[in-house]
Amino acid sequence: MDKWQRKIGTITFLLALGGLSGCSSLEIEPWVKPYERQNLADPIMNYSRHPIANMHVAHVLEARESARGAEGTGGGGCGCN
Amino acid sequence: MAVTKMFPENKICQNILQVTWLVLLCCAFSLFTLQANAAVLAPDRADILYHSYEGGGMKIDGPSLLVRKKTSESLAFKAYYYLDSISSASVDVMSTASPYSETRHEGQLGVEYLHGKTLMSFNIRQSDEDDFLARSFGFNVSQDTFGDLTNLSLGFAYGDNEIGRNGDESFQEQSEQYRINAGISQILTRNLTASLNFEAIADKGYLNNPYRTVRFIDNSLPSGVGYQTEIYPETRNSFAAKLSASYYLPYRAALFFHYRHFSDSWEITASDVELGYRHPFGDSFELELKARYYQQTQAEFYSDLFPYRDAQNYLARDKELSDFNDLTLGIGLTYTMPASLSFNDWPAEATLQWDYMKFDYNNFRDPTAEGGIGNEPFYGFSANVIRAFYSLYF
Repeated sequence: MDKWQRKIGTITFLLALGGLSGCSSLEIEPWVKPYERQNLADPIMNYSRHPIANMHVAHVLEARESARGAEGTGGGGCGCN
Repeated sequence: MAVTKMFPENKICQNILQVTWLVLLCCAFSLFTLQANAAVLAPDRADILYHSYEGGGMKIDGPSLLVRKKTSESLAFKAYYYLDSISSASVDVMSTASPYSETRHEGQLGVEYLHGKTLMSFNIRQSDEDDFLARSFGFNVSQDTFGDLTNLSLGFAYGDNEIGRNGDESFQEQSEQYRINAGISQILTRNLTASLNFEAIADKGYLNNPYRTVRFIDNSLPSGVGYQTEIYPETRNSFAAKLSASYYLPYRAALFFHYRHFSDSWEITASDVELGYRHPFGDSFELELKARYYQQTQAEFYSDLFPYRDAQNYLARDKELSDFNDLTLGIGLTYTMPASLSFNDWPAEATLQWDYMKFDYNNFRDPTAEGGIGNEPFYGFSANVIRAFYSLYF
């Protein structure tokens, strides 16, 4: 098994875990209650508060760096010369 | 002749498709078995932006527009337009070609559907320039679970590219891209959230830049150096994992952390780390600061100077495939507009962001500099990136 198959296997496992959790009826008591989440709900805590700016940042980086993925924004077609 | 390795492209693509199919089935099942509960779509908003990138002999700027609008509590639409106006006299261009200018148009349309705690989104995208047409679509599902402390997300995207070469009508190539991603976002404490995202990307087809060349030693020429077209493998498989965290500071400020690790079948390994800080001042201003560091190793088939023509099966001298690092320092200021300056009394903000970027290449030499073939200084440049935008919440 080469390293790419292992990585695909890792993703498969995580996805299966996600699917299972979605299909399950586990009743887990949340340790942070809904009324304790006002700090997390503050707009300053939203990393995607400026989505149009984040899309531009991702485009600039993808055109100039080899790393891609796990960012949540699309790329392709770049003005890279 | 040196030999570079072949890549197991078909097997990877098949695996990705199989996994995607299983994921979509699972999500569809989840959707119809979960109890409906309140989750909300993001608010309606419109953003108009001017962007500018200047550095390394390139100037790129243009407008961008993003609108999202709910038609009900469960359905929202999104439209995005982006224009790059490019004039380039970069080091790659100046060593073997002439400066050029071009424009790139990009459009996206998306729809989001919320059912209970499940959010589904579908997105199509097209990017068009004289010599490159990219089309793609993507499907994502996310799900709140475990008392809404956890959000799970899954996605798949497919893209198809048509590549041309200006001045050569007979040149027509294609490439395809498959993306699959999975993520988990977790509330850890009343002040801390963290998320973990994974994405696998498989490309196949023509992955070269059709304008770039490699250089090799050729003592039969007066200059002592010859050039030939780059040759890349026709497949590339990559994997990225990213850890993010957001922390609420006691005096109402936010701290952000990101770390991403990347590797691919071209033997490039990269990682980047970013720290961000957001601090409101009064009711009207918000300051953002960020620092990001990125480093990567070179592709297996990269060389700044090959010993002779056709020295390997695969050849690259693209500086984006070399060993390099870059540093970004950014600052941004958001101003919440008073009602008197706002359209129709809708809340509005104006934001200005400036990023300073510095790139240092460790094995890409500047061929336009003095020093003799293969002994020129290593290349480096800095760039300034500006974003000015207006956001309206309606």
